[in-house]
Amino acid sequence: MTGIGEFLTRTRGRGRLDGSDILTYAYLTLGTILMFLPVLWLVFSSFKTQAALLRFPPDLLPYDQKSVMVEGYDQPLPLFNVTMPDGSVRQLAQVRRVGLEGQMVDPASPGEIIKVNINDREELREVRLAWENYTEPLQRFNFLVYLRNSIVVTVAATIITLLINSMAAFALAKYEFRGSTFIFILIISTLMIPISVILVPVFLVITGIGWNNNLWGVIIPGAATPTGVFLLRQYMLTIPDELIDSARIDGASEWRVYWQLIMPLSAPALAVLAIFSVMWRWNDFLWPLIVLSRSELFTLQVGLASFQGELNTPWNYVLAMTVMTLLPITLVFAVLQRFITTGIATTGMK
Amino acid sequence: MLRIRYVTLTTLLLIFALVLTACTTVPAAPAPAAPADAAATEAPAAEAPAPEGVTELRITWYNDGNEGEVLRDLLDRFEADNPDIKVIIDTVDYASGIQQTLPIQLEAGEGPDMARVTQLGIVAKYMLDLRPYLSNPEYWEANFGPFLKWMQAEPGGNAIPGFMTQLTVTGPFINRTLFEQAGVAVPSDSSDQVTWQEWADAARQVAEATGTFAMAMDRSGHRLAGPAVSMGAKYFNDEGYPALVGDQGFKDMAQLMVDWHADGTMVPEVWIGSAGSYQAAAPYFINGQLVFYMAGSWQVGNFNTNIGDAFDWEAVPNPCGPAACTGMPGGAALVAINTTKHPEAVARVMEYLTSEEVMNEFYARTLFIPGHLGLAEKGVDFQAELPQTMKSLSVFSAEVGKLAPLAYDLQAYPFNTILFNANRDRLTQVFTGELTLDEAIQRMQEDIDAGIAGAQ
Amino acid sequence: MTAKPQRTPALPPERVPLHARIGHFFYLIYAGVMTVLGWLAEPIQRLIGAARMPYFFVLPNLLIFGLFVLFPMLLNIYYSFTGGNNLFPQDRPFVGGQNYQQIFNCANLFDPATCREDRFWRGFYNTAFFVVFQVGGMVVLAMLTAVVLNRSIWGRSFFRSVFFYPVLLSPVVVALIWKWILQRDGLLNALLVSLGMERIVFFLNANWAVFWVIFISIWAQMGFYTLILLAGLQSIPRDMYEAADMDGANRWQSFRGITLPLLMPTLLVVLVLSVIRAVQVFDQVWVLTGGGPGTATVYVVQYIYETAFANQTRQFGMASAASVVLGIVLLVLTLIQLRAGRQSDIA
Repeated sequence: MTGIGEFLTRTRGRGRLDGSDILTYAYLTLGTILMFLPVLWLVFSSFKTQAALLRFPPDLLPYDQKSVMVEGYDQPLPLFNVTMPDGSVRQLAQVRRVGLEGQMVDPASPGEIIKVNINDREELREVRLAWENYTEPLQRFNFLVYLRNSIVVTVAATIITLLINSMAAFALAKYEFRGSTFIFILIISTLMIPISVILVPVFLVITGIGWNNNLWGVIIPGAATPTGVFLLRQYMLTIPDELIDSARIDGASEWRVYWQLIMPLSAPALAVLAIFSVMWRWNDFLWPLIVLSRSELFTLQVGLASFQGELNTPWNYVLAMTVMTLLPITLVFAVLQRFITTGIATTGMK
Repeated sequence: MLRIRYVTLTTLLLIFALVLTACTTVPAAPAPAAPADAAATEAPAAEAPAPEGVTELRITWYNDGNEGEVLRDLLDRFEADNPDIKVIIDTVDYASGIQQTLPIQLEAGEGPDMARVTQLGIVAKYMLDLRPYLSNPEYWEANFGPFLKWMQAEPGGNAIPGFMTQLTVTGPFINRTLFEQAGVAVPSDSSDQVTWQEWADAARQVAEATGTFAMAMDRSGHRLAGPAVSMGAKYFNDEGYPALVGDQGFKDMAQLMVDWHADGTMVPEVWIGSAGSYQAAAPYFINGQLVFYMAGSWQVGNFNTNIGDAFDWEAVPNPCGPAACTGMPGGAALVAINTTKHPEAVARVMEYLTSEEVMNEFYARTLFIPGHLGLAEKGVDFQAELPQTMKSLSVFSAEVGKLAPLAYDLQAYPFNTILFNANRDRLTQVFTGELTLDEAIQRMQEDIDAGIAGAQ
Repeated sequence: MTAKPQRTPALPPERVPLHARIGHFFYLIYAGVMTVLGWLAEPIQRLIGAARMPYFFVLPNLLIFGLFVLFPMLLNIYYSFTGGNNLFPQDRPFVGGQNYQQIFNCANLFDPATCREDRFWRGFYNTAFFVVFQVGGMVVLAMLTAVVLNRSIWGRSFFRSVFFYPVLLSPVVVALIWKWILQRDGLLNALLVSLGMERIVFFLNANWAVFWVIFISIWAQMGFYTLILLAGLQSIPRDMYEAADMDGANRWQSFRGITLPLLMPTLLVVLVLSVIRAVQVFDQVWVLTGGGPGTATVYVVQYIYETAFANQTRQFGMASAASVVLGIVLLVLTLIQLRAGRQSDIA
């Protein structure tokens, strides 16, 4: 690292700090808030109890009502601040509520029941992380199995996608052969068709092969992505033919040209496709749900959605499980963010 | 330079591989060696593959509350007594799992052995008739008779495909605490026959006094049907085919809904905030923001947990119209699927689950209205303490006996979902001003005609 | 090849960083696997000759593509001429063009209310509107962000990651996050109330709903296109700006005169990719608004999905016909884009 002064003046050859720098930082700060705050809010909210989630205006921190064990009662009793008729405020525990009247006891002297109008009491709250939003649904199913299935699907599918897409792109970019234009047009013309549109026919094919309840049925169908072939081919077009020719003159087979020359040179574009593929596969929900009906094969997205009922959606669980699906991909990103962003940024796709 | 960039890419890919190998013994990367097979044989200890001689059965299930846990408990006891059968519950989410993908799996012959379903008419053709495998079919007919009709593909059949995990009946809840705070009398305290308009007036007064919403109804044509039948809706023509155009009772109820959305009586976002799906208004009620909530018996367990005694909530009898004071029956059934390879084992599980003792425990712990006539008569000993809960359960149990015959017919009609969804989505377009009510009813009829034509 | 030449300082040869060592280890695995695959590929080359090798290279992709993309699409076209709700094509009665007739059964094609399948046409026009404004807005914002990130600023790689992070979120998660913020009792309304403003129930108002649907999908996708545009910007040689500077051009002039034209190819890729994503808009909106209020945010793919799955009669024929109509429109669009792309290459 050379001096700070040089660092600041490196780009575009303009050497002065001026008003546009302030604008720049203002824009970036605003952008950071806008990009991160929603996610942070989700994480904060996922630690709130169902009751706290429904409060308006929402609290920033997860509050929960304080409760206390009182002698003579099996369950912890909720604590309230009660304004007494003489104007003093006492901390009382509520035994039960009958209509507009709360029956309270003083935790210090549990013998005597004090009757209080419910409008004179106020919940005593404390900050508490509602870990049960996480632990309760996770106890119901085998999180590790779902995680493993998701990882198997994501990794296997990404590797297969990269391999076969790059092979096809290489052929379409670097060879003149009969039918190449036809194949390319065929692939391009399906680029825009959303996969959800052909869900049923693909399911029929899977059933025909007998891949129901088989992870291959999730991995393979999406592997021949038109987007991937298109991206890689466009990138490989920029690789000079002279490189390939000189490799051939050195006696390299076509396969060697592919894996020793083309693949390393296409690394940035492959990185983009890898990210795409990981995102698609990790987040895929509907397709695994159709193919897999046995819970030991469920992926994370399918498994974690399973507590949504016909008539009720427990929001505290939904938010917590959403955070659970975010967590692994966020961790990977945090570790590899430099590779990922520079990978894309050096693609310069044309 | 290139080498380094390339290296970063492989690192990215292969760190995934490392994570993978840490979690499993499958040699996955770089050449994925049959992860699927490995995953299938390497099932977790809790769901280990059945050893020789043990029949493995699968139930596709969904949860609205704690019923999955209760079922697992009951089945654990069954498995202890019947070591030759093992039952695995595959829980999925309702909307995409049960409603959208299960029928496709069933059609392809890839279904489970048993499934918990709600659209009985549509799934009926994939159900297995357990009658030949049951030791005592008379018990089923006596206790589940009227509900078996809902599961039969042909009218007049005598198949016994399964039983109701719960019977539901639609009806309103009120927040009595809000009535007390507003100083407004609860109409049903003084009369058995409160009309929908009277409830709406009272709820509006309470809402104005307490700064809350007056009414809400789940976004569902099924919820609307009870009130509509009460207002005199016929739904069917003389041939038993749905006919909404010219059905004055239906139009009257629809008009009430339109008015209530226009004047702010109803929480607007429940119906208007969505275009193609079911929406519950329960959060508003749980949060104490809603005076009158048209939902149904299934919410009792939810309110028992999530409201508790924070305020006085209770179910009230269904309001009246000129024709009736009815809600709609409904519910979910656990049914056997006709592609099962082990019908005898399925029948044994079913017989165990439907025995009176087990059923009693199931309903008591889930707070479901019993779909078992014997138990309904005797009364289930619900495991709840709150007076609000007990009162609501008894109101709903009483409502079951007061349902109009047309309500049962509607529930038994195999294409009722087509009808209800058309009602729901087209009516919403009236609330937003995209259609007039007459246009909407015309559209409903067209949607229903197209849907039924497609289904036959 | 593009590059950002002076950015990565050359490493002193004796200090090999850890990630490079790990990378080298994996490179060996890669090389091993590729060599093994070569034992298959090289005899094939001897057998069929180098000129026919491209067929070997496209074969695996083409097989999977044919089986799981092309064949299903053809089946889909066949479905569009059949009725009923059976799954297997042999069980489905052939109805000819009936499904298409129903789609085009309109008094006026430009007024969805007059169509029998009004939801399809509402979805169609909603999608067109969405594509124009989402893609337009996103490209402008991504461009702006890329230009800002291209300045020499402190913490650049941090900001790059910040803008990219939402790209990783699944559409469903994105929708849940924002639904939670925008609902009646959500964070944004709390903010409005604390500023003394009225609460707004965003999803009850068609204009607000459309605005947020567009805003949120820009939020979720912008980072990716920003990075691509950033790469394009960095490949523009700096001395061109210096020359323009000496000629007395101001920043706006050099942006118009140098940056935009040289960025054109990159912009085209961005345009193609973002239009593809925009046309397919579905899951995010489905969770966020369900298509509401009314039908203000119903999009074509949602219509297809509902017709095929969510409605209990599962009218595959109708859904397939709608998807074929959509497919034809998209095909024409793609061809126009490719043609435009080719012309700009020549220019």
